Amino acid sequence: MTAPAMNSIAQTEQGTSLWRDAWLRLRRNRLAVLGLTVLLLFIVIAAATPWIAPYDYAQQDLELGATPPSAAHWLGTDIFGRDLLTQIMFGGRISLAVGFIATAVALLIGVTWGAIAGYMGGRVDAVMMRLVDIIYALPFMIFIVLLMVVFGRNMLLLFLAIGAVEWLTMARIMRSQVQSLRQQEFVEAAISLGLPTAAIIRRYLIPNALGPIIVYTTLTIPSVMLLEAFLSFLGLGVQPPETSWGLLISYGAESMEEYPWLLLFPGLALTLTLFSLNFLGDGLRDALDVRGAKD
Amino acid sequence: MWRFIVSRLLQAIPVLLVVITVTFFLIRMAPGGPFDSEKAVIPEVKTALEAQYRLNLTLFEQYTAYLGDLSHGDLGPSFKYPGRSVNELIAAGFPVTAELALYALLVALVIGGVAGVVASLKPNTAQDYIPMSVAMIGICMPSLLLGPILILVFGVYLDWLPVSGWGDSPGDKILPAITLGAAYAAYIARLSRAGMLEVMSQDYIRTARAKGLPEWQVVSRHALRGGMIPVVAFLGPAFAGLLSGSFVVETIFQIPGLGRFYVQAAFNRDYTMILGSTVFLATLIVVFNLLSDILAAWMNPRLRNQLRAQ
Amino acid sequence: MRFGVLKFLCLVLTCLALLACSGRESNVVQGNRDGILHFGNGAEPQGLDPHVVTGIPESLIINALFEGLTVKNPHTLESEPGVAQRWDISDDGLTITFHLNPKAKWSNGDPMNAEDYVWSWRRALNPAMGNQYGYMLYPLKNAEEFATGKIKDFSDVGVKAIDEHTLQVQLNTPTPYFIQLMDHHSTFALHRPTIEKHGKATDRFTPWTRVENIVSNGAFRLKDWQLNRRLSVEKSDTYWDRDRVQLNGIVFYPTENIASEERMFRVEQLHYTQTIPLEKIPVYRAMKDSPYANAPYLGTYYYLLNINEPPLDDVRVRQALSMALDRERLNNTVLHKSNVPAYTITPPGTLGYQPPKVFGHNIEAARELLAEAGYPDGKGWPGLELTYNTSESHLKIAVALQQMWKDALNIDITLTNQEWKVYLDSVDQMDFQMARRGWIGDYVDPNNFLDLFLCGGGNNSTGFCDPDYDDMIQHQAPQAKSREERYAIFHQAETRLMEQMPIIPIYTYTSNHLIHPSVRGLPPNLMDYVNFRYIWLDKNQEVAE
Repeated sequence: MTAPAMNSIAQTEQGTSLWRDAWLRLRRNRLAVLGLTVLLLFIVIAAATPWIAPYDYAQQDLELGATPPSAAHWLGTDIFGRDLLTQIMFGGRISLAVGFIATAVALLIGVTWGAIAGYMGGRVDAVMMRLVDIIYALPFMIFIVLLMVVFGRNMLLLFLAIGAVEWLTMARIMRSQVQSLRQQEFVEAAISLGLPTAAIIRRYLIPNALGPIIVYTTLTIPSVMLLEAFLSFLGLGVQPPETSWGLLISYGAESMEEYPWLLLFPGLALTLTLFSLNFLGDGLRDALDVRGAKD
Repeated sequence: MWRFIVSRLLQAIPVLLVVITVTFFLIRMAPGGPFDSEKAVIPEVKTALEAQYRLNLTLFEQYTAYLGDLSHGDLGPSFKYPGRSVNELIAAGFPVTAELALYALLVALVIGGVAGVVASLKPNTAQDYIPMSVAMIGICMPSLLLGPILILVFGVYLDWLPVSGWGDSPGDKILPAITLGAAYAAYIARLSRAGMLEVMSQDYIRTARAKGLPEWQVVSRHALRGGMIPVVAFLGPAFAGLLSGSFVVETIFQIPGLGRFYVQAAFNRDYTMILGSTVFLATLIVVFNLLSDILAAWMNPRLRNQLRAQ
Repeated sequence: MRFGVLKFLCLVLTCLALLACSGRESNVVQGNRDGILHFGNGAEPQGLDPHVVTGIPESLIINALFEGLTVKNPHTLESEPGVAQRWDISDDGLTITFHLNPKAKWSNGDPMNAEDYVWSWRRALNPAMGNQYGYMLYPLKNAEEFATGKIKDFSDVGVKAIDEHTLQVQLNTPTPYFIQLMDHHSTFALHRPTIEKHGKATDRFTPWTRVENIVSNGAFRLKDWQLNRRLSVEKSDTYWDRDRVQLNGIVFYPTENIASEERMFRVEQLHYTQTIPLEKIPVYRAMKDSPYANAPYLGTYYYLLNINEPPLDDVRVRQALSMALDRERLNNTVLHKSNVPAYTITPPGTLGYQPPKVFGHNIEAARELLAEAGYPDGKGWPGLELTYNTSESHLKIAVALQQMWKDALNIDITLTNQEWKVYLDSVDQMDFQMARRGWIGDYVDPNNFLDLFLCGGGNNSTGFCDPDYDDMIQHQAPQAKSREERYAIFHQAETRLMEQMPIIPIYTYTSNHLIHPSVRGLPPNLMDYVNFRYIWLDKNQEVAE
């Protein structure tokens, strides 16, 4: 048979049964479904925020000051009289954006790195993974604090810094996946047929390694969001006038005795999102029957 | 066994060198020197200050001088606290951080271990879901949220526990330990559950049951050992993570540990302190990773034999 | 298995409950009994060398351990005898003779001596020392020249020891506030043998301030110093006025986190806090017999304007920005009425001086000025950046003012916060458009504020330079024959200054502390000056709020 035909058979066989099976298993896991629903809800709200937010983001009412939840302000107001619900909605946009984008950066770097290392093997692999080991041994938080302190804060740097820290495990996972896949027959066949390396990686290895990658991605997003929250807490992450859940929580913690709603509601938003992502990730892991992925 | 240890130690050296070099040059790139203050410093004074702290040498000269000091274990004088050496500051702060990390690890092991093992005994039932969801709180509620909430509930509303300080009043170590340990409890819960599940499906467990041993003996005497290996392997990275991540908790609870010193140093551009703490922590992390790898290898009979054979 | 878990949980909860019920005696109760004051001190002190440190937390501790030629009375802020039991000022105001108290001793028993001052001032002014407060001694003849390396021989500087107990000082010009400077730590005498035992006189690193080495001359002696935890001092038995000192000791706590400090006060771990979180102000005000002490503080909070940078190079823009702000509203809402709106650089009432009020809150006038300058209703406004150092309160104020400008003038201001060090660099380098600033007086005299804006003044940072202004401050005022004349000159100078509006004054500082009712002898005062010799603890006032 010709290579393209072989290709499509392999894909058809694996494609339909694997993904449909996984989806069915996922649906049965109620926690995961709950997580997915909540997540999608938050994403939709975040996207629609500029249109559906009840107040203007910057609208202050100094005389009002901080007030507990009321009819006019469902979640209360902050010390400038700004509506908390609006703040949480806009903050969510940033927090979720950082989560997804930084993870995407990590994904891109990690998958490529791991695929190349796993596929090439030998010296190339050894050098690439040694580099990963070295960076892995560095105390992360310390470096990120240092990076942000040295270079000042801007959103782009934040994304890159966080992404730069999270790609390592992705690379390791991808590499071990690729290593095991590489032994398989269809890959050997592709090689003997003379397909270029890049094409093999792109068309055969990555799609088949997708399972653990997806799981791990879903579990990286919450880690990234936590990292952003920590940095904002230290004053190194998102800068006012932008806001994020991490920033709202750190402001709320300052005055939590007098105005507990300023801490509780943003905290609730963050916690719910993290729960959803984790349940979804766990569910995906069970559904795709992935083993050996890092906890 | 020794070859394994020695080779790992040797591998650690380039890692540390990279850490030192990167940190050193990174800090120097930071805007803001260590001697600024609200009152303008007259130029003569500034020159004198810079000379005393070696800032008037070229960057490379400073670097080599630093490496030289480092080989004697001298981490240099602090910029922010004249008269104190970095060694002293670390010696003052580290025991506190280590104690906090230890208690947090204990909390994590106890809560996480128990939750994971209990959950693994009856998978996919309430006994599984409940402990694991509770453990999940640790991951989903970051310490910067959990800390203030615990302070609010136990310190302010109930007034049961002190909310700041370390060793000043009895019970003031409880809340920080729980806050710091919560996330790791969750990870340990997952690891122990997965490990136990894997082990429980093995043949030798079935044999033990067939022999008529009561279930709790099956679990504690036979399954636990193997099931906990992933947890043990995790201990090293966990302790390392606890050490380097403690500064948020230290800030929230006003604990005089190394983490807080470190954050202050970063904001104050206390070059030597930042460098010294980073080197110190990186070394510790490397050592702990090594120790935990050894421990895990030893607990796994197959690997142990392999290593012995070397 | 499950049962075991349950039992374990019960055990934990019981332990917690037991802990809660364990009555721990509070620091306040114990302190009142033993005469120990528990003092919230803000940041961990950088060090204890009076010629090296620059911050308030350090100066408070140093004021307990050391004593200057004079001390301040905390009620009247008048200078009182310290190491010097009296002093004579010559008719031309250029020579001051200090007569040292023969009973003044160092904590190791050595008697104090005028040579100590000559040696110590030489150290304080030595360029190699890196003393950032060296300028406090500049009124001395040739002091500035010595400090900047122009002359090398210290004997040319205007200070001499006439004999063991007589110190004579020569000034450049008559300086009415010079006596006040003698209670600032940078003019304190230090024990030469101790310092020289541990290194060169001008070494900044030496361990001479360690507990086991330090020798001081004040009412208290250093007892214990645990980094980042506490610093304890105990009453000195060599201090010349020890019979007047009623405290047996003080414990200084590094309380950086202000929310945490307030909690410590509430559970009676502290007698005194450095400050109070803004949102707690209404709560404490509402209490009967409130421990909240709020008093005017000699300092101004303002925004610097870089007058070389457009759009700030147009005086109309600067005036518009200043007049558009409703300082009263800011103070009444965000600041919970804890401060006083300011319209000048010098705090009103500084030693009896009343600064001119050149402008007020006037939105229409502001709008007109802005339109005249070319930005009618904010059209064409190029934007303006406000730089401030990271802090919750600076942020709160900036956010509120940002909105006020938007509402009143329809212009956009962007906020940039920077770390302390970076911020100081930016201000030094004039790398900003508008920057937040605060200036606390070092001594009670309008001169301390007005000489900020001399041409090329190190702390000017605005680009304002007016030779007539300089002349008034540097030449005319010191020559004035009476206080009225001097103040009239200051009034004129400040009017000129504020007409040009190189800064936007926001508020006059107030000191905010929580003070336990058992603490006596700690009256609020303009310098927020704490004289530990006057403090005592009244056991009968232990009622918790």
